[in-house]
Amino acid sequence: MRLRALAVAGVLLLLVGCGQGSGGSTGADSATLTVFAASSLRDTFTTIGEHFEATHPGTTVRFNFAGSSDLAQQIVQGAPADVFAAASDTTMKTVADAGRTATAPALFAKNALRIAVAPGNPKGIASFADLARPDLKVVVCAEGVPCGDAELKIEAVTGIDVQPVSEEPDVKSTLSKVQSGDADAGLVYVTDVAAAMGTVEGVAFPEAEQAVTDYPIAVVQDSGQAALAQEFVALVTGPAGQTVLQEAGFLAP
Amino acid sequence: MTTDRPAPRVRRSDDHARGVALPGLLWVPAAAAFALIALPVVGLVLRADWARLPDLLLSESALTALRLSLETAAISTVLCILLGGPLAAVLARGRKRWLRWIRPLVLLPLVLPPVVGGLALLLLLGRMGLLGRVLDTWFGITVPFTTAAVVLAQTFVALPFLVVSLEGALRTAGDRYEAVAATLGASPWLAFRRVTVPLVLPGLASGTVLAFARCMGEFGATIAFAGSLEGVTRTLPLLVYLERETDTDAAIALSLLIVVVAVLVIAIARPRGADGLR
Repeated sequence: MRLRALAVAGVLLLLVGCGQGSGGSTGADSATLTVFAASSLRDTFTTIGEHFEATHPGTTVRFNFAGSSDLAQQIVQGAPADVFAAASDTTMKTVADAGRTATAPALFAKNALRIAVAPGNPKGIASFADLARPDLKVVVCAEGVPCGDAELKIEAVTGIDVQPVSEEPDVKSTLSKVQSGDADAGLVYVTDVAAAMGTVEGVAFPEAEQAVTDYPIAVVQDSGQAALAQEFVALVTGPAGQTVLQEAGFLAP
Repeated sequence: MTTDRPAPRVRRSDDHARGVALPGLLWVPAAAAFALIALPVVGLVLRADWARLPDLLLSESALTALRLSLETAAISTVLCILLGGPLAAVLARGRKRWLRWIRPLVLLPLVLPPVVGGLALLLLLGRMGLLGRVLDTWFGITVPFTTAAVVLAQTFVALPFLVVSLEGALRTAGDRYEAVAATLGASPWLAFRRVTVPLVLPGLASGTVLAFARCMGEFGATIAFAGSLEGVTRTLPLLVYLERETDTDAAIALSLLIVVVAVLVIAIARPRGADGLR
């Protein structure tokens, strides 16, 4: 009987203990800044993070790169983030509506879609309209994912009906299907083509301007590092951060 | 806590009645293990939007995904039996020395992250893959992005579950009855059909259930190898992953649906399946 009570108490202690452990760790280490950023920002933010660490000795910048909506949900659920950089206004709005942003979101970059094709463009894809060709295997992002919503917007504006063979859950997944050669074309961001370093070729198309994605950044509510977080946001929106972003293909906000 | 006290005393005497001398200390990690399995599901149930549940589950995309999941998992499970059954028999009864090197390889899909399995399948059967290139140029067949790719991915990850359960059952059963059948003039094939197969049916049943359940839950290999398109390759787990991005309530409703299907599978198969596992 006593053992059973002990068992219950043990489980409760374990659960409570785990909760405290993960929640309290950020406050304890005062020199760590945790940045949640959209996966399309992986390369640029890693560079910016190194720059931040160099100018703030003793500070470590930790990144959590994932799909914007995933990150937004984690932050709403109380994940210990100091800064949130999203690849869409709607995901930032989710976080702001939940009262989890400490500052007004600042626009720091824009990104446009581009058609990713195999190097040398063997299928001769030259325009968005070409994507409706029946002989092509086209992959896009699914509806609800920022890159998918942008693609659907372009379809709506142009009246071109693309019949994809797959609607992928995120942009890197879309890119990988083109990289493996299983898809003839994929709709990804300009920055993804640049980051793919020659494994795919980008085909620009004028309609891409109809659906430009905004990238907002904000300090997260209850951040233990509010001042440091604000400085990171300033670096991203400032000239040094902008140079890194625009070299990677991002458009100025 | 105090009000709970009389109840454990009664249950404790039950333990004694069954004559089980279980070290009391085991209750602590056992309770923790059960909590770890059960509490997340409880969270799912509590967080579900029950008012919207019927609408969410009866949406066209949900029904399409459910149908696709059931169909592909059924086909994959049959493939697992047709291919994995003989493989288990060969592994358990075959006398070739090199078979000992085969067994660990059969377990690979069990320990590999499914997404690695999907990548491997893509490198074999993708349009640029070893075999896929031949299929594409000679026969005009491309496997990725088709329902067949979903079935292949599911069969790949589920095969070891069937093979391991069945091989265990075959080893436990031994081959004495088959030996007797042989002395009575039965051919190996007749003895296999009439003696071996009936003997290991419980093991086969449990393996089948495990394989089916694994097929229903398959995600990583499918997304990597087959992609995601409604009605063609978007099974229930893929739809959950996608809905999670936009509509958490829909994702939770679909997750509950998967839990219900899983509980049904376990309930239907338990009496024989549990025996086979022992």
